[in-house]
This record gives sequence, C-alpha cells and structure tokens, in this order.
Amino acid sequence: MTEPILKVTGLKKHFPVSTGGAFSKKKGVVKAVDGVDLEVFPGQTIGLVGESGCGKTTVGRTVLKLYEPTDGTIEFNGEDITKLTPRQMKPRRAQMQMIFQDPFASLNPRQTVGTLIGNTFDIQGITPEGGKVEEIQRLMKRVGLNPEHINRYPHEFSGGQRQRIGVARAIALKPKLIVADEPVSALDVSIQAQVVNLLEDLQEEFNLSYLFVAHDLSVVQHISDRVVVMYLGKVMEDADKKDLFLNPRHPYTKALLSAVPVPDPKIGRARERIILQGDLPSPVNPPAGCVFNTRCWKAQDKCRTEVPELLTINTGHKLACHFPEPASV
Amino acid sequence: MSAFLEVKNLTVSFPTEDGLVQASNDISFSVDRGETLAVVGESGSGKSVTSLAVMGLHNRKATNISGSAVLNLETGPVDVISAPEEQVRRLRGKAMSMIFQDPMSALHPYYSIGDQLSEAWRLYNDGDKKAGFKRATEMLELVGIPDASKRVKEFPHQFSGGMRQRVMIAMALINNPSLLIADEPTTALDVTVQSQILKLLKDMQKEFNMAVILITHDLGVVAEVADRVNVMYAGKIVEQGGADNIYYRPDHPYTIGLLNSIPRVDQLDGKRLIAIPGQPPSLINLPQGCSFRSRCTFADQVAGNLCATVSPTLDEKDSAHFSRCHLTEKQLVAARGGK
Amino acid sequence: MLKYLLRRVSATIVVLTLISMSVFLIFDVLPMDPARLTCGKACTPTVVEANRHRLGLDVPVQVQYGRWVKGLFVGRTYGEGQAEIKCSAPAFGYSFNRHECVTDLLKEAFPVTLSLALGAFILWLLVGVSLGIVAARFKNRWPDRVSNVFVLVGTSLPTFISGILILLFVALKFGFVNPIDLGKWHNPFTDPIGWFNTFIFPWITLALAYAATYTRFTRSNVIETSSEDYIRTARAKGLSEKVILRKHTLRAALAPIVTIAGLDFAGLLGGAIISEGIFNLPGLGRLSLRAVLIDYDLPVIVATTMLAAIFVVVMNLVVDILYAYIDPRVRVA
Repeated sequence: MTEPILKVTGLKKHFPVSTGGAFSKKKGVVKAVDGVDLEVFPGQTIGLVGESGCGKTTVGRTVLKLYEPTDGTIEFNGEDITKLTPRQMKPRRAQMQMIFQDPFASLNPRQTVGTLIGNTFDIQGITPEGGKVEEIQRLMKRVGLNPEHINRYPHEFSGGQRQRIGVARAIALKPKLIVADEPVSALDVSIQAQVVNLLEDLQEEFNLSYLFVAHDLSVVQHISDRVVVMYLGKVMEDADKKDLFLNPRHPYTKALLSAVPVPDPKIGRARERIILQGDLPSPVNPPAGCVFNTRCWKAQDKCRTEVPELLTINTGHKLACHFPEPASV
Repeated sequence: MSAFLEVKNLTVSFPTEDGLVQASNDISFSVDRGETLAVVGESGSGKSVTSLAVMGLHNRKATNISGSAVLNLETGPVDVISAPEEQVRRLRGKAMSMIFQDPMSALHPYYSIGDQLSEAWRLYNDGDKKAGFKRATEMLELVGIPDASKRVKEFPHQFSGGMRQRVMIAMALINNPSLLIADEPTTALDVTVQSQILKLLKDMQKEFNMAVILITHDLGVVAEVADRVNVMYAGKIVEQGGADNIYYRPDHPYTIGLLNSIPRVDQLDGKRLIAIPGQPPSLINLPQGCSFRSRCTFADQVAGNLCATVSPTLDEKDSAHFSRCHLTEKQLVAARGGK
Repeated sequence: MLKYLLRRVSATIVVLTLISMSVFLIFDVLPMDPARLTCGKACTPTVVEANRHRLGLDVPVQVQYGRWVKGLFVGRTYGEGQAEIKCSAPAFGYSFNRHECVTDLLKEAFPVTLSLALGAFILWLLVGVSLGIVAARFKNRWPDRVSNVFVLVGTSLPTFISGILILLFVALKFGFVNPIDLGKWHNPFTDPIGWFNTFIFPWITLALAYAATYTRFTRSNVIETSSEDYIRTARAKGLSEKVILRKHTLRAALAPIVTIAGLDFAGLLGGAIISEGIFNLPGLGRLSLRAVLIDYDLPVIVATTMLAAIFVVVMNLVVDILYAYIDPRVRVA
C-alpha cells in the first residue's frame, strides 16, 4: 500500500473581515475552508470542484502553504508541514508546485521566458546537469514551445502558449505534486484540449500527482481519478470518478451534474434538470447545520440544525448528507 | 414570408495602426420569432462583432461596415446598416435588445435597479417615475427575483451575479423586443446559475415570441437551447444548419475538430481528447485560401492544393445545412468517422 | 448612516484636539522666545520676564493649552489691571503686536480669503471640468490638443510667476486696476463692482493653476468611464449620446472630483499666501505670513494654523458624507 503524497485532515482557513478605517474592528470571519479532508496518491489526479465561494481555490493555496492554515494538518511526502515556517518550507517547495489560472496575469511581463523558467532553479540554488539554458530549452520543447523563443517576453505569446510557459515553470524542478488552479478555464476551447493532453502526458511521464481545481465538470471528469465536491467551505462528496458521475449520492452533486450542459442536442432536450432555487449564501454567514440546506429540495429539520459528518458509505465513496440520494446502480 | 432579422453579406473591419482588422466577412443568416440561433466561435471568430453591427453599436466613424441587416418590423423593413443613426438608436431597447457577458459591471453603480429599469421603459413609454418603478417591479417579478417591490429600490452591488443577469434580462425585455441578442450571457456565472438563466431565457422567448441570437463558445449550452447554429471561425461562418445536423453530421473540419476535443460529463471512457493543433490566425493578415487550412488535418485530401489558393464558399451540403469547405461529402463522412 | 455620521464626527473632534495640542507643543519646543522677540527697545531681563508673564508664557505648556481651550468656549481676559482686555468667545488669543483680539483679526481677514477661495473655486471648476469633458469627447483631435497645452502651462507655471505676470502685464498695464486700490476690500453686498475688481485677477491667477489639474483629471476620468460596461449597456438600451454623457458617464466620472475639489477648497480657506501677497489682499494668508516672518506673533500663528486645520478636517467630513450620498457602495459602512 503506497502512502499518499498529500494528506490533509480537518483543514480550515478563515479570513477575518474588519470594518476598515482608523478604528477598525473585526466584523466577522469568512470561513473559506471549514474542515476539509483530502488524500492524493502518487500518479493520481484529484479533481476539486465546486462553484464560486466553495473554497476550492483556497484549499489549493493552503495546501501549498501559500496561506497559513487556521486549523487542521497538512502532510506532504509523509511529513507534517502544517506548522513549518516559510524558511523551512523553501527547500520543500521544489516538490510542490502550482499552475495558475490566468495566463496573462501569472507571468511577469518584464521577464523573458528564459528568466521566468530559470528563476525556479535560481531560487532553489540548483544548477541543472548540462547547463541551465539547455535545460530550459529542453523544458520548452517538452511543453510544445519553440526553444528558440527563450528570450521572448510573455506578451509575444498567445494565451495557450503562456499557459505552457506556466506548465514548464511548474515541472522544472521535477515536483511530486502540482496544484493546478483552473489551468484551462481562461483558454479558448480548441486550446484547452491541447493543454489537457499535455498535462496528462506529463503525468504519465513523471508520475505526477495533480490536485486539479476547477469549476468545469466536463474537464474535471476527463482528467481526474477521484473527484471531491465542495460547497461553502465543506466537502459534500468524495468519490472515485466513475462512481461520482454515474452514481452521485449527494443532492448537490446531483444538481450540479444535471446543470452541466452536454454537447448533444437529443440528450440536452431530454434531460431532467434539477434547478436549484435561490442564491449562494454568504460565506461570512453560512447556514446552520448542513451548509447546503437552504437550497436543498429535500432539506428537513435535521438538516437545519445538525452538521452532517463526512462518512464513508461505500469503498472509497464519502458523503456528508443526512438523507443521501438512493444508489442508482 | 420573411424572417424577422435577415442579414446579408455583412462585413465589418476596423482600420488600426497595425493594419486592417477583418473582424467579420460576408456573414449571411436569418432568425425568425420563436427561433433560437446560436453563434458559436472562439475569440477572434467575429461572433460578437457581427451582433454589435446588427445592434448598430459600432462607432460608424471608426468602423467599415458593408452589407445589410434588415429588421422586418410591422411598420416596414429597416436596414440597420444603412439607416440613419438616430433611427437605429430608436430601435435599440425597443425592437431589439442585447445582454452582455459580465453582469457584475453591466449596471451603473450609482443608480438603483428601479431607476435603471425605469429609464429603459420611460424612453419609449409615457409615464412618470412612479409608473416606471411599477413596471420595473413587474419585470423583476417576471424574471424571478424574490421580494421584487423591495429590491427594486436597491443598488447593483446588493445583487449577486446571477441576480444581476436576471436584472439585465428584465431590462432588455421591458419594452417587448422582437429580437434578443445574448452575448455569452452565462459564461461568467456558476453552472447551477447558468441553468437557471438559460431556462429563464427560454421561458421569456416563449412569453414574448422573440427571435433569439445566443452567442457562446460553449457547445454544451448550444446543444441545450439552439434550433439552428452558425459556427464561426476567423471572421467567417464556416458551417450553418440545424442543431441536429451540426452535432450529428458536422460538415466542416473545424466543427468536427471542436466536437472531438471537448470532454463530456457523460463520457467516462477516458478516451484521449483529439485536440485541434495550432492557433487561430491573426485577423489582420488572413492567409490566402481557407483560413482554417493550417490547422486542418484533412487539407491534404483535397486535390490540387485548393485549400491554399482558393477560399471556399458557403455551399449547401444538405437541406438547410451549409459548409465552407472544399472536401466532398464522402470525404466529410469519413472525417466524421463514417456516420 | 446615523451611526456612520456619529463615528465620523467624534473622530473629527479627536483629530482637532490632537492638532491643537501638537501646535502648542511645537511652539513650546521651538527655540525662539516670543517674550524676548516682542519686548522692543528697552529690553532688560525684568522686562522680558514681565513680557513673558503678560504673554502667558510663564506657565507650563499644558496650562497654556488648557487656558486656550477654555478661552475658546467662554472668552478670556488678557493682561492685568489697567491693561486688561477682554476677548469674547471664541477667543483665539490676543495679539500684543497689533493690540487686538485675534478673533477680531480673523474676522477681518476671513471674508477676504473666503471671497478669493470661493471665486477661484467656482472659476476653476467650471473651466477645468468643462475643458476636460471637451478634451475627452474630442480625444486626439484639435480641441484635445489645445486643452493639453493649457494643462501643461497651468501645471508648470507657479502662481508667484503667473500672478506677477498677470498683475503687471494685464491688470496694471491695461489699467483695469488702480495700483493704489490694489487689494482694497469692498463689501460684496454693498459694493459688488469694487469687490469684483479687487478679486478678478487673483481669481484668474489661482484658477489657472488648479483648472489645469482638473482638466487633466476630468479628461482621463471621462475617457475611462466611457469604456465601462455599463455605458455600453446604456447605449444598448437606446439612450442618446447626450443623455448617456450627462446621466451616466459624468455622474461616475465626476464623483471623485468631489473629494479632490473639497480638499483643495479647504486648503485655500486657510489662506492663499502667494496670491494674497502678490495682489495685496488682507486675507488669512497675509495675516499668518506677517505673524510668522515679521512679528513672530504667537497667538496669531497658533490661531491661523488651527483655523486652517479646522477647515481641512471639517471639509474632509463633508466630502466623505457627500461621496456616500453619490456612491451607494460606500454607504455600507
């Protein structure tokens, strides 16, 4: 039995909200992440999905210690990194990297591609075998960029190419885990497939683990092995990919899946849609009990008062719901 | 009987410092009341530019527009492209309306929702502020905003993204338009909210018997709502037809490529996506011949290097199904995988 | 909203208290000794001591401050015995140099400064904002280029140069102003023409500098606002360009100007030292200048400093409230 490369238990990240001004007071707390458990095994892709405000991006960043967790533990590579200082984290960061969503904002416009990728080596004080420039060009080629463009600036590349630069930067130090935060959402449809394929190829080649954060369920379905569904800072359902998509047990997951449009008119017209009423509650003031109860069509008194625990209902299928949907298989 | 909107040979280009941007070329289509036409394309395809031309929202001094876009109103046909600006302005918000992509920034932050809705109504109707607010409240109820009479006095920042888009829809429909153009109306919204908004649009279309043009890059959304589809690439319509034809019998390598490259929630076989290689071309220096050639995996099947030299025309391949491609019907069937 | 107001008003009072205390502390720490400076020809240590007592400087600074604050509310008596003088509330002090209650000096000087500031303010707002709107509408065409030149000149030319140039080559040269009457105060209600004559050229001088900045600011704001999504929505609704400009674009573009204008105006209320100097206007600027450079008249210095601070702080509050009225997003506080 292999050990998970990343193990997260009871992760919480709360952001204080203050009144602002000279005499500012704490007004409340945004519970962006409120008790999340995750496991990522080597070579595996965990898809983390949810809508805006669910906390998935915050999880991705906290796991890499870009934010300090408010509570819970993070174990990376068998080591508890929860309380490590930024200085202590630095050497470990070579093993855990991130790919960002916005290919326009995530690259320093004043640095050449060579510098952008080369920085990763410099920060860790590593000189790659065979020379830095050669390694950078090799990386560029691997991600599908022309190595002769090493001295060009980001604005000279298209969105898809910039994202490839981001990928090259992330794999430069041969990490074990990459957190990909909506890596294809900002790209044109015909380019998305190129980048998705690239990520899959790299995973196979380097036995990479991905924590793939996204809101696009179609992409998540395609690339993930397991999927974790989040809502307002909590995990609703956590299952094997096929299990989740064929046999969703949580009402939110079901509603989410029924809302995803399918590029097939016959299916599109025939599908029974579960339309959720109302708006997402504010993360400063999440509902009591089950956070989903205000929009759930089967909510009962128990849902409004008791927080459902994340329980394992089947091998590898976890659920946080008092009244799960019946199994369809 | 002519359709409500008939666009013929619409061409839009912008002179810029770097050259002439040929944003859309030779666009022809029609939409009738009760019909939904989806315009699908990626960035640079020209899908938004065409609709802005229909609405008369381009700066005439900075844009070269030719062709025609005729609205067949009860009072007679009006060609938006050649009609005087003042006449076109009076069609906006009344005969035709448009909603845009980002609801968060589409409303004026300083005026209440009621003020902004009322303004739209009072532009074409006689009535005082009170009457305007009453109509505004009615519209808010129609688009499903709870507690409408209270919320009508509130300000945009007090509404969520989905709610704001509903307000935009209410504003677009307040004067009973016959044509509604929705430019990526749900792209910035969560998927569950998207579902709500698409259903609302469909319901409103029935209620007002409108012609609807939906612009999007999401082929899933198109499948859900469209009767007919225009697939656009590099400023031209490359395929045009009924939704079933486009999805089940695509007649253009770009459409085929798109359909093969998008993952689907209902396909769990883990098959590798077949990506379209390369990138969309610059609209300033369009290549000679077919604009899609550099990315087309079937171009070499065409005899005599035609794709490189001759720009294909939009030909009818099937009933009401057009495609801009040199490949023969047989070759296209093979390209689809033999269906 | 009420809670917000109460919070702001109490914060304002705290700030004013802190400012007044600081002013006292600063002057206490300064090495100059007003008792010696104002003692005149027959200056012996006894006379200096008597002077010090007369000026109220022989008690610790906190007592001085306490007396001053008390004077603000109930008035104060200065000097002793026969030389006793009573200044009624609000008593900002007594100027032994000029033998007058400071409050009276302020009362004389303030209308002058107010006239100067108000007139210039209206002039620069009208000119600056209108020019900015025109420049934005005709972006990169000749009206824009002309206004650009104006902006350049206005922002580069300091008032002590522009003021003198205007005075010499316009006002005096063409005989608009009689040098004897330069800076003479006329009551605007009884002699409006005289009043106008006195102030027109100082107004132009001041407005020139400020209008240039406002033109530039308005221009860039209008251009930026015009590309906002909600302007596109307004156009799609069928509104005419005129209505869009007036109701939608300008409302959003000019809102930040409220803040800046308010503070600029408040700053001027404390005294436009240079302009008052050039045009010989007996305003607060001249008053404080004389008190600092010539007389070292401590009570006047303290009073003018405090007054300037009060204007700025109060205007800050006014501007914030106004802005909350204009922009509903700010009201959430």
